[in-house]
Amino acid sequence: MSRIVHRFTRNVPDWQPRVTPVDLAKASPEQLDALKVTPSNTKVSDYVLVLAHDPETLNVRSPLFNGIMYDPGGLSRAERELGAIGASVVNRCIYCAAVHAARHAQLSKDTAVTDELFANGEKARLGPRDQAIFDYSVKLSQSPPAVTEADTARLREAGLDEAEIVDLILSTALFGWANRLMHILGDPVRKDG
Amino acid sequence: MEGIAVAQPANPEASPWLGVAASAAAQSRNNIFEMSRQAENAVIDPRDPGGFASGWRHAVAARIAILNALPDLAAHYLADVTDPALRGLADPNAAGRDDRERSVITFMDRVATQPRAVQAEEIEGLKAAGVAEADIVRLCELNAFMSYQCRVLAGLAALKGASA
Repeated sequence: MSRIVHRFTRNVPDWQPRVTPVDLAKASPEQLDALKVTPSNTKVSDYVLVLAHDPETLNVRSPLFNGIMYDPGGLSRAERELGAIGASVVNRCIYCAAVHAARHAQLSKDTAVTDELFANGEKARLGPRDQAIFDYSVKLSQSPPAVTEADTARLREAGLDEAEIVDLILSTALFGWANRLMHILGDPVRKDG
Repeated sequence: MEGIAVAQPANPEASPWLGVAASAAAQSRNNIFEMSRQAENAVIDPRDPGGFASGWRHAVAARIAILNALPDLAAHYLADVTDPALRGLADPNAAGRDDRERSVITFMDRVATQPRAVQAEEIEGLKAAGVAEADIVRLCELNAFMSYQCRVLAGLAALKGASA
């Protein structure tokens, strides 16, 4: 019986790779450097071990990811997560959506927003500012991206300033990237037990 | 208010990140655009390209830019590609020159435009077509990076217009 998770959830599943992860014991110095493996830190997820097949990209992607999601100033942490969730809903990356919905709930101390997002997907009804952010992230995540000047104007009307809009573009676009790794290179599976 | 001078450079060889980094709104995130430029190098001109050489990567990056309705970005990636056979791959109607390349191109188009629909069998199909596992990851990173770049540029272009 399949253990693959097909529905959106805040319960973060396991991730089962479709490509053989790099064997740490056989990893090259460049791979070990990109994995940030040290004698005191040898726990590396299968996902990161899969990405270690391309260590040059992994090495630049990790600080870029952290900068976009965590650097101070601009859009709030929870609202950056909302951009990430919008992309993950469009691309149906169950794993990314779970991780970032759980983080959104934790940061905003509220599960109502992500409950609504998971119940109604791209048609979710949210408060005005969250709605503008989510709708924008859904449009930007279409292929080709569907945002226009009118969508930017709607973000401004909802109270976002220029720097916040730049951060929303970055966090949404970043998950166009992350979803195409996580959802393509593996499956979300129920945790054992 | 000063708008963002997005990519679409007069000189197609100029990095698309340069115009972004010079803009007023993006100043606070210049570190992000610098790291984005490094990521572009890692996926387009890597030190170890594996089974997909730099010229091929440029052509496929251009193809993905066209699929995302960004022809100027495609021109940037094609600026250095002189081999007509490689340039041809940038046309979304081109299917690839042999069975293996057709499998890879079909996969790249699917990941670029319909990632939600991609199934485990498609990864198995690439393996069966003789694509090494490390190359499957490299292909996904190239595709995923292009998705990111196309959306940053599209979002900033819509921001520039709206601030005029």
